[in-house]
Amino acid sequence: MKRIFLGLLAATALSFSAYAQEVKPALLYDLGGKFDKSFNEASFNGAEKFKAETGIEYVEFEVSNASQREQALRRFAEDGRNPIVMAGFSWAESLEKVATDFPDLKFAIIDMVVDKPNVRSLVFKEHEGSYLVGIMAAMASQTKKVGFIGGMDIPLIRKFGCGYVGGAKAAGATEVIQNMTGDTPAAWNDPTKGGEIAKTQIDQGADVIYAAAGGTGVGVLQAAADAGKLGIGVDSNQNGLQPGKVLTSMLKRVDTAVYNAFMDGKNGTFEAGINNLGLKEGGVDYAMDENNKDLVTEEMKAAVEKAKADIIAGTITVHDYMSDDSCPY
Amino acid sequence: MEFVDALINILNSTIRVSVPLLLACLAGLYSERAGVFDIGLEGKMLAGAFAAGAAAAVFGSAWIGLIMAVFVSVGLALVHGFASITHRGNQIVSGVAINFIAAGSTIILGQAWFQQGGRTPSLPAEDRFGAIVLPFADALRDVPIIGQLYSGLLSGHTLLAYLAFLAVPFTWWVLFRTRFGLRLRAVGENPAAVDTAGISVSWLRYRAVICTGVLTGLAGCYMALSQNAGFVKDMTAGRGYIALAALIFAKWKPVPAMFACLLFGFLDALSIRLQGRPLAVFEWLPVVVAVLVLAGLMTIARWKPLRSIIAAVLVGIAAAWLVSVFYGGLTAAFQNSVLGAPIRVPVQLMQALPYILTVILLAGFIGKAIPPRAGGVPYVKER
Repeated sequence: MKRIFLGLLAATALSFSAYAQEVKPALLYDLGGKFDKSFNEASFNGAEKFKAETGIEYVEFEVSNASQREQALRRFAEDGRNPIVMAGFSWAESLEKVATDFPDLKFAIIDMVVDKPNVRSLVFKEHEGSYLVGIMAAMASQTKKVGFIGGMDIPLIRKFGCGYVGGAKAAGATEVIQNMTGDTPAAWNDPTKGGEIAKTQIDQGADVIYAAAGGTGVGVLQAAADAGKLGIGVDSNQNGLQPGKVLTSMLKRVDTAVYNAFMDGKNGTFEAGINNLGLKEGGVDYAMDENNKDLVTEEMKAAVEKAKADIIAGTITVHDYMSDDSCPY
Repeated sequence: MEFVDALINILNSTIRVSVPLLLACLAGLYSERAGVFDIGLEGKMLAGAFAAGAAAAVFGSAWIGLIMAVFVSVGLALVHGFASITHRGNQIVSGVAINFIAAGSTIILGQAWFQQGGRTPSLPAEDRFGAIVLPFADALRDVPIIGQLYSGLLSGHTLLAYLAFLAVPFTWWVLFRTRFGLRLRAVGENPAAVDTAGISVSWLRYRAVICTGVLTGLAGCYMALSQNAGFVKDMTAGRGYIALAALIFAKWKPVPAMFACLLFGFLDALSIRLQGRPLAVFEWLPVVVAVLVLAGLMTIARWKPLRSIIAAVLVGIAAAWLVSVFYGGLTAAFQNSVLGAPIRVPVQLMQALPYILTVILLAGFIGKAIPPRAGGVPYVKER
């Protein structure tokens, strides 16, 4: 009897706390999967951090094809999930519809601008972070030829490439070899092809290769390490994937963005609108840790820190490919 | 000699890309020649790749990975055999089922065992199949052309790559020069005749299916332990289906199968190099020529050894021209003429080229591809 009573008490307490929170966050990943060691994993890490700090559970969804998007989003909205965060530009179309149908819910989308009164659009100045790793790449390169491998061929990825070219050329690279893996979402998850492209670039003389290609990048970093060359990771800190063979990673603080969206939802301070996160806002950065500290010389560090300060101060402006669909470098 | 280096690089890339296709294509050859259609090559490769990655990660040995890959793919091949030979089920349905089982179970098991979202842990170099340097490769490196070809192109591949190319003459010998091969082909054309001769149709077909399993296992193992360092979900990315296309392209013969796989590999390697370069008009000519040569090649392709060699030489010349245009100094000569006007061809077209070519060649040039007559039909003994 006592036990039942205690159980009831516990249940009541639990349900009370559930009411008190009133926040039921949801996170939707893009193709490539939750553990892509890159973009999606970064958003997962942000959500996990939120969970660890607040003890609030969140629900999540991994898409495996495009037709699931709207269904999944709508289901979460009907369940009253709030805020709902989507990782990836591909969600935009579904979000346009769902956000209109559920004006009381708060949504956040990463990497895309959706202009609705209840949507927070989180976009990053990837070109600024890429500029920094471009400087490091050119300085670390012996041949002064560096490579760039993108995932799917879309303006967003060209934006990474353009910033990187800018940084590399500024630091003395003579040539930047650029390749895209493919034109379909499958290009985010084909490490074999990524590795093959990396080998091709190495044959052409590149000795530092920057991969902005989600899961495909794993193969790029592998091929670079196998050939004794250097890779550069993207989105998450990928320095640990091939310790001592990854020069640095262009960090995109997707984790912070997801964490903040959840936190603001919890605190009731969620504001819609466009958040453009660059170096100044701490939205992008380059990664330094145990694995790459021997690769980065003092000279490189000084140069990259100077560039970072200049970009923040506004004395260097890195060209944004998406502003005019061209790259002047 | 920059141009020789470039040529070697592109051919090297061709070989690396073709190996899994070739192994899978030969695997399909055994099975289909014996009258069992196998659309499940993709799934068996995928399962093999997973087994190789998982076993190599757990036991720390590439060899155990190889054994497990073969073991798992033979297992799946036997399931296919059990459904379609013993129980006379529909071979296509059974093959598709195997693809689905492999796609789903590899991710689930990978997640359950390694908690990395369906991938297996990255393997260190000593747990993978490394490059084999052939004898004297270093000494011959400076000898022009021949030495470069030997040390750059022939040397430096992994064990499984050599095995794949050795499997081509071996398969030819088995199928066309042994008693087992004769019976295997017969069972694919006219199983009743084989049965009348007192030979078990199902046992022969089972053996063919086992050969398929072994080869797809090797293909998967190559992908997981040579090309990559571990298994990644859906890593075969449709190569099993391309291998099937190559098999039809090659009219179910081993040597043409090799050429078909090399052709697909070459176009793939080429598309990576051509990407994003605006090419002048005259630079496109060699591409057209290469395609025409290959088309012509397929027309005369009765695949007598002499003709095959001539064909290979022609393809080589076309490839050489192609590469020389890229890396050589022809650009300057044409720069100011009409032929020098750059045309930017969309990457999409380059990437679709292998498939477009398959359709064109299949439709117009290589003639009718006739599958083994008893293919797809379960054998029912007359009573």
